[in-house]
Amino acid sequence: MKVLTPRDERDALRLYRRNPDAFPLAGGTDLMVLWNAGLLNKKTILDLSGLRDWSRIRETPKGVWIGALATHAEIRTHPAIRERFPLLVDSCRTVGGRQIQNRGTLGGNIANASPAGDTFPALAVYAALVHTVSDNDRRVMPIDEIFAGVKKTHLKAGELIEGVELQTPPNPPSRWRFRKVGTRAAQAISKTVFAGQLWLGKDKVVDDVKLALGSVAPTVKRLRHVETHLTGRALDGKTIESALRLLPGDIHPIDDIRSTREYRLQVSRNLIRSFLMGR
Amino acid sequence: MIRFTVNAKTRTFSGPPFKRLIDVLREDFGLTGTKEGCSEGECGACSVLIDGKPVNSCLIPVCQINGAKIETVESLGVPEKLHPLQDSFLREGGTQCGICTPGMLMSAVAYLRAGGDASPEAIREQLAGNLCRCTGYQQIVDSVARALGTKPKTGSKAK
Repeated sequence: MKVLTPRDERDALRLYRRNPDAFPLAGGTDLMVLWNAGLLNKKTILDLSGLRDWSRIRETPKGVWIGALATHAEIRTHPAIRERFPLLVDSCRTVGGRQIQNRGTLGGNIANASPAGDTFPALAVYAALVHTVSDNDRRVMPIDEIFAGVKKTHLKAGELIEGVELQTPPNPPSRWRFRKVGTRAAQAISKTVFAGQLWLGKDKVVDDVKLALGSVAPTVKRLRHVETHLTGRALDGKTIESALRLLPGDIHPIDDIRSTREYRLQVSRNLIRSFLMGR
Repeated sequence: MIRFTVNAKTRTFSGPPFKRLIDVLREDFGLTGTKEGCSEGECGACSVLIDGKPVNSCLIPVCQINGAKIETVESLGVPEKLHPLQDSFLREGGTQCGICTPGMLMSAVAYLRAGGDASPEAIREQLAGNLCRCTGYQQIVDSVARALGTKPKTGSKAK
């Protein structure tokens, strides 16, 4: 076990380039579980906790910047996020318990790339942009494109997540909702996790809708087929049911220790239906 | 060398940087009030406060606490003079086997200091990261409510 402790961003990126096999350490709420299980013996750790600037949350002209090392507790209690991005607040509240929220970071959560990451559906409906940085490059990726599969991202060797950019929508949605379905509100890993935003116009016509589900595919999924079907149509029972028939084209739930494919599909339909019907 | 305070006393540590905080507390400083349950951040038995916030000490390498202020259950009360939370846990039957209790107390003390809401729902959310396999939680929620100055309506009648 070797621990690298960079003092600033430049130092961190230089060390990571020289040690591309190092495990970046942010809040430790996932990494330390591996360590406790003996899976990190003789590995190199890149402890990012010295990068103070990376934990900052600040308002920008277009929205909010969340540094990769901002904790779920800091995000959940930030006034600008509470005002403009309530789905992210609700999702951070369901991540672990208070202890996990006080240590776990948004950047760490994204890099860990669990299919069940509770914040990801919220970030997906806000079309969050993930900013990455390496010794010689900077990139920006939409949240739903950074994940390559279960526990895999498109981050390259030596590349770190620097922060997440959220842009405030021009008009606040008519309705929004975050729902997590698990065995318990806290601590439990989700069977299905949902976030939605809906903009209704005249005569209940859907002006815009953004829906996302987690835990029902290897990565978080925006429900593009369902969204496209709903947009421009009057929101009635018939439209909702025909949109829901397109759901299997958007998600790929599986049977696993926490749930079954059939259950996840049914719960997903129920969550979307109750959101669209305003219940 | 890593320098921090534990229960207002300055401490230093120069052992392995990835030694877990819980092990440093128990083995190096003899503070065995903090218990280890699951070792994976699920149960909250190892909860301590870092800079006033509850965290799982089984998930924190000591290299990350340089300059931090650590508080453990030993900082609360002594048998002759209990902390109000310890007193209310006794009165409401908030403890059975006792393994979860130090962690419950540390989560609750942070909540008390923050001027927490005494509603059972708010208390349950605050304690959601602390598991108990004995009491069924009601007595624990009642204990915290009592310490917040609210007489519980339900739960244990042990007074």
